[in-house]
Amino acid sequence: MNLLQDLLEPSGNPDGWDAYGDERKERVGFFTDTSVCIGCKACEVACKEWNVIPEDGRVWTGESYDHTSHLGANTWRHVAFVEQRKPLVGDGDGSTGLRWLMESDVCKHCTHAACLDVCPTGSLFRTEFGTVVVQQDICNGCGYCVPACPFGVLDKRHLEATTDPPPQGGRRPPSSSGRASPATPETLPAKFLGRKEDGRVWKCTLCYDRLKGGHEPACAKACPTKSIQFGPLEELRERADARLAKLEAEGWNGAQLYGRDPDDGVGGFGAFFLLLDEPEVYGLPPDPVVTTRDLPEMWTNMLAAAGALLAGVTALTLLGRRG
Amino acid sequence: MREPLHPLSDLNGKPPGTTSWRGSITEAGSEMRSYYGRPIVKEPTWTWEIPTYFFTGGLAGASAVLSSAARVTGNEKLARTSLYIGAAADLVSPALLISDLGRPERFHHMLRVVKVTSPMNIGSWVLLVSGGASTTAAALQLLDRWKPLRIAASVVSALAGPPLATYTGVLIADTAVPVWHEGRHELPWIFGASAAASAGAAASMFVPPRAAGPARRLAVAGVLAEGALMSAMELRLGKVGEVYHQGQAGKLSWAAKGLAVAGAAVLAKGGRRSRGAAVLGGAMVCAGELCLRWTVFKAGFQSARDPKYVVESQRRRIRHEGTKATTKPGDSPAPPSRGA
Repeated sequence: MNLLQDLLEPSGNPDGWDAYGDERKERVGFFTDTSVCIGCKACEVACKEWNVIPEDGRVWTGESYDHTSHLGANTWRHVAFVEQRKPLVGDGDGSTGLRWLMESDVCKHCTHAACLDVCPTGSLFRTEFGTVVVQQDICNGCGYCVPACPFGVLDKRHLEATTDPPPQGGRRPPSSSGRASPATPETLPAKFLGRKEDGRVWKCTLCYDRLKGGHEPACAKACPTKSIQFGPLEELRERADARLAKLEAEGWNGAQLYGRDPDDGVGGFGAFFLLLDEPEVYGLPPDPVVTTRDLPEMWTNMLAAAGALLAGVTALTLLGRRG
Repeated sequence: MREPLHPLSDLNGKPPGTTSWRGSITEAGSEMRSYYGRPIVKEPTWTWEIPTYFFTGGLAGASAVLSSAARVTGNEKLARTSLYIGAAADLVSPALLISDLGRPERFHHMLRVVKVTSPMNIGSWVLLVSGGASTTAAALQLLDRWKPLRIAASVVSALAGPPLATYTGVLIADTAVPVWHEGRHELPWIFGASAAASAGAAASMFVPPRAAGPARRLAVAGVLAEGALMSAMELRLGKVGEVYHQGQAGKLSWAAKGLAVAGAAVLAKGGRRSRGAAVLGGAMVCAGELCLRWTVFKAGFQSARDPKYVVESQRRRIRHEGTKATTKPGDSPAPPSRGA
């Protein structure tokens, strides 16, 4: 199995990507440069619109301008707002010393993706673009990927159940864009063995349907400041390095790239960031590790425990024969 | 760069090491910072079926071994009872698992691939083999037919039983939940010991005391081993291990220890002579083992909920092992990616 091989000898390529052979496309991703984010949330809206993500309630959090709070089944782009008593550049002008950080978070499309590794059905898969996508017609809502993701990206959708969008050529309301239409009464089936909720896991697909059609993802398209940049990953990394060098020269406080380096715990992100403070300030883990990195060792350990259980129970029973 | 920049920092009185913000203005100063105290990793979506299954799966796996071992020694009563207990637990287990799915009618999607990187996938196959074998053996035992097939089925279930009882430790360790992943060295062993204790205790309840000697010994040994292993895990866990003493996990942990130890004592002291003592002690140990699975389950949720466990364990790793996910100005240029 090539996934196992990738566990034992990580190739540096996204797990499962090489299997595409000639059909493999250039690996693409996002570079989200938070230094130019203005917190307009156009990415959140465009993402919801394009991917027909249902409304999931409006909450007043009191946490700056952030009312979506985290990524989840119904939020695939999330703009974080952080207000700090710290000047943006150097010592500042001595007046307010206040800065407002904004960061549009998204699925990282890891090179070594824990969600993909642990998915028991094969619903999560690596696309030819090197991205990670959930196949909604396969997902059975086991929820294993939810705690496996080191970034807390995936979640189960607890909203009302709908059917899968009709297949290509199937019945659908007139639409020129060719994208999935929201559930209409005739596509609403039913309950799934008594469940009323959708029950499947959802996350960013890096707009797989748009990539297939040669378009950039909806969030990048909608971003008015080019804070979200889409493109071939190698090119994005070069662009990010140049940007970091520029911010350094200008004396910006805390500028750093996050997930750019292919040697980190998940083999580098397919969607990486330029941050202006430590990752945890934005609710991101400072040193994420793909949990399955330790799986070979865990399986060996489990086999030893199973052997000990077999031997222990047998020994105690045989002892009983004499006593 | 990280020193406090404003004298008002920490005015809200929260101790260093917890979230530090006033209104929505984050104050610099403490090393541990978070995004409004929100979790970094998601809590599992699993509900009550899962820890209950950890118990029934363990009971089924260890009972299969106990049954076969008892048969080898000619203890027919113990062999049969454990066979039936194991088969019953093996029947309940898939029902619990399917009930927890978001789309239960798609349960068979678990079996459309074989995937060693997914402990849940491998576990589904193990449960299929173990459950199929143990229920076959039990049915043939009830019908008293086809002895060779029954023996073959018993052997298969005895071999599949230990993996069934221990893989659940890998299942939860193979996540980003700090207290589970950091406990990966001990969890399969703890679950194995707990399985042994519950199989012994369950058999002690239903087998006449005279024939139940091995079962009682197994229950007592399992409880002792599990106590030692839990202590070893907590030692290794360090700071994040404190969730085992807090909130629901803390209460469950006391219940688990109290019930298991007291039950084992009742079994050891009175189980040989009194059937009543055997039933009481066995039931207490079983309840204790169920609580143990719940303890571990809840501790995982608690450690996922508080970002400090994620940040502190990763910051420690960064300090000690030099790993990181960030590239700062002045860092040596990142090596070119090996792939792409």
